[in-house]
Amino acid sequence: MTNQVQLATFGVTELEAQHALDRLSVRDVDYADLYFESRVSESVSMEEGLVKRASKSISQGVGVRATAGEKTGFAYSDELTKKDLEIAADTARYIANSPKGDRAVPVPTQTRPTRDLYPVERAQAEAATPERVALLNEIDAEARRYDPRIKNVMASFNTEYKVVAVATSDGTLVGDVQPLSRLQITCIAEENGNRQVGSYGGGGRVGFEWYREESRHLGYAREAAREAILNLSAVDAPAGVMPVVLAGGWPGILLHEAIGHGLEADFNRKKTSAFSSLIGKRVASDVCTIVDDGTLPFRRGSLNMDDEGTPTGCTTLIEKGILRGYITDKLNARLMGIALTGNGRRESYQSVVLPRMTNTFMLAGESDPQDIVRSVKKGLYAVSFGGGQVDITNGKFVFSASEAYLIEDGKITKPVKGATLIGNGPEILTKVSMVGHDLKLDNGIGTCGKDGQSVPVGVGLPTLKIDEITVGGTQG
Amino acid sequence: MLQKQTSIRAAEASHGTYDQLASDVLTRAKDCGATEADIVVADGETFSVQVRVGAVDRLTKAREKRLGLRVFVGKRSATTSTSDFSKESLERLVSETCTLAKAVVEDQVSGLPDALQMARDWPDLDLYDDTILGTETQIEWAKRGEAAAFAADPRVTNSEGAEFDSSSGRVVLANSHGFVGSYKSSSYSLSVSPIATESVTGAMQRDAWYEVQRKFSRLASAESIGQEATKRAVRRLGARKVATKRVPVVFDQETAGSLLANLCSAVSGYGLYKRASFLLDQLGQTIASDLITVYDDGRMAGGLGSRPFDGEGLATRKNSIVERGVLKSYLLDTYSGKKLGLSSTGNASRSVGESPSVGPTNFYLVPGVKSPEDIIGSVKEGLYVTDLIGFGINMVTGDYSRGACGFWIENGELTYPVEEITIAGNLKEMFKHIEMVGSDLVFRGRIASPTVKITEMMVAGN
Repeated sequence: MTNQVQLATFGVTELEAQHALDRLSVRDVDYADLYFESRVSESVSMEEGLVKRASKSISQGVGVRATAGEKTGFAYSDELTKKDLEIAADTARYIANSPKGDRAVPVPTQTRPTRDLYPVERAQAEAATPERVALLNEIDAEARRYDPRIKNVMASFNTEYKVVAVATSDGTLVGDVQPLSRLQITCIAEENGNRQVGSYGGGGRVGFEWYREESRHLGYAREAAREAILNLSAVDAPAGVMPVVLAGGWPGILLHEAIGHGLEADFNRKKTSAFSSLIGKRVASDVCTIVDDGTLPFRRGSLNMDDEGTPTGCTTLIEKGILRGYITDKLNARLMGIALTGNGRRESYQSVVLPRMTNTFMLAGESDPQDIVRSVKKGLYAVSFGGGQVDITNGKFVFSASEAYLIEDGKITKPVKGATLIGNGPEILTKVSMVGHDLKLDNGIGTCGKDGQSVPVGVGLPTLKIDEITVGGTQG
Repeated sequence: MLQKQTSIRAAEASHGTYDQLASDVLTRAKDCGATEADIVVADGETFSVQVRVGAVDRLTKAREKRLGLRVFVGKRSATTSTSDFSKESLERLVSETCTLAKAVVEDQVSGLPDALQMARDWPDLDLYDDTILGTETQIEWAKRGEAAAFAADPRVTNSEGAEFDSSSGRVVLANSHGFVGSYKSSSYSLSVSPIATESVTGAMQRDAWYEVQRKFSRLASAESIGQEATKRAVRRLGARKVATKRVPVVFDQETAGSLLANLCSAVSGYGLYKRASFLLDQLGQTIASDLITVYDDGRMAGGLGSRPFDGEGLATRKNSIVERGVLKSYLLDTYSGKKLGLSSTGNASRSVGESPSVGPTNFYLVPGVKSPEDIIGSVKEGLYVTDLIGFGINMVTGDYSRGACGFWIENGELTYPVEEITIAGNLKEMFKHIEMVGSDLVFRGRIASPTVKITEMMVAGN
């Protein structure tokens, strides 16, 4: 298995790439790159017990970029001829106000990522349609078997097989093969006119067999059904400030919204983030250490290299409560004079590179998760969430629970309806008083949106206690 | 065995029409065993410039094209798409699509609309402007918008930038009934996002204002857009939390528009037949206060949601969705309509690579008679919401809980800005308790609403 990608894959010669880079590298241009991408996405979905939809999408193109100071010129094309590359290059270098390539760039040297975090054979990554159909049929049966009150099961299985190559003006040519898949299940439960929904799923840069290992897919089906059935008996959520215990895993979305986005270098270079100029300052209690790690094998948020060819790494964002660093791409690292962290990502060849998260999680603490729950007299225990959002500038973030319970006298009692939690990013983690020893990463379902671009990410969290946060229920 | 093979001519992408290409692909699909098929081809050009603190930050330019194919082999179907229009690639795509269709199960209600239903002719909806703007002109627009934002108030100290976008494109839809339709559309937009800083605390607030038009000449001035953006950012300075309390809530045009978008999803056919909407089985029932009348009008001249025919080639029209609080119609395409025993409402929306779904055209709440000032004036103590964040909406139950910011109303007047609060309720109840509808309807997108007031919601803060 090799992830060495040749430009020939895209029908382009190294000479053509070299020529385009030459054309881009005029006097004021600091950096230029060509990002070649080919992607095949396939999806099958089921509802009402029938696998009745299948789709496949094929795309290929090149994104051409030149940066000069803070300026970025960008063009893309779905045609990869020499002429198209030239037109794109001329558009991209418009920002430099220079007539024509007047400087030769080094001949790109082919390298390969130093490791392969997701060595999945193509045939395993893109299972045949009948196998996908069988998987979904088993899921439907399992969810309905779980409880007769499950009235509809909607499930989809998506795969993406992406081949990329980046040729840069600093003389590198590096490629990667990036498989990705996801299984998503939603169940509707119905009882006496009360209808409720439950969702569950998982995935990663894994082969098809992963879903069947230890009948993982059936476990997901039962979880989605369980959440829907549980919500049939949910009571209205409380409103106001109270202690909240977050379960491990996907509730790590808290870190993604409250901290992660605010530490992306672009917002901090522009000083538009609530975290601007807080490096070295306390932004969390000393039980909190948070990292962004793109190097975890087979994970949804992992990458051998980012979309600028930089190897991904593990960046400490917060160490024992102190803000340590930002996540960067080449443009922002250069302008800020800070290290490259391998977080330059883009949705596709049609999008510009932005600093983005990979897998963001808090390291395990020392508390027993049961002690954490026991320490709360009256509060909320939140197990699963829908989505979240943050206003980078004032730091306010929200995330919405989809499975939560009341804690009364240290015990988990009634399930409550979904409610939004709202807080202030630079402040919320100073209110974390206990961190469990049970770090869990999510199952591989997260997609992060920024500037209209979606990229796959991961999150993780040990069980933790926030002493006070506003819970947006309906009961005062 | 002898099989008849037709071949596809490579498209002349740079000039001419895609009609011949579409016809070749449909013929080829038939040869591969498809009983019915349709094809969408879209192409266009986009330009975008982002200016930040007076200088160009990012300039993007592109041409793109994409082809989507949907085939039916009896009652089985599959959908594919590609950006590669070469002969070999399209021939492979057609045969793969047919193979894919044969791998899924039969779906009794699947299929194209009846041949007799296809749109035959349509008016020019004024969706296209052939004004070509030079790069410098567009950079200038963004610069002027941002400069106006800085000039409008000294507390604007920074900026997320101003962005000018222009795009134009063409859509061709053809199917095996012989339908071929195409139309061109364009759009021009400017958005400005200033950041205001409070001098004492250094706390920052960002807000934005924007406008989108299909015709360049209809765009408001860059200066007015920049000034409005600053007004919105500056007024947020000094925002605080309020105590948890049940109070009347007034939604401004933008946030009321988001409630209308929630209503739009709840009446969309796909959520309904999957039993995943809180408005299930409510046709003919009262679902909102009698002040509420909602239309979806696909034929508004120059409308941002207008189109002459929908994603299946059916004529668009003006549908009455809610009349004086009574639910009159869902939004449907052929498939979701058949699932519910109803006819399509001409709301098939189609992204190139996917089978049709349902989408609004120009979906709006008919304005009332009260000015926004009168509505705010009617509230003794309550919340005026100007921004909402988060995804705390359960479409199956209608449960609603979102992060909000805006202004606290006391004795009919806006007092101080508020933030880090949530508002919660249930959409079923919220629509029934809209007790005032403003006169201030403005189309800023395909979904629009005037200011509305809801009798009471739970506001959670301190």
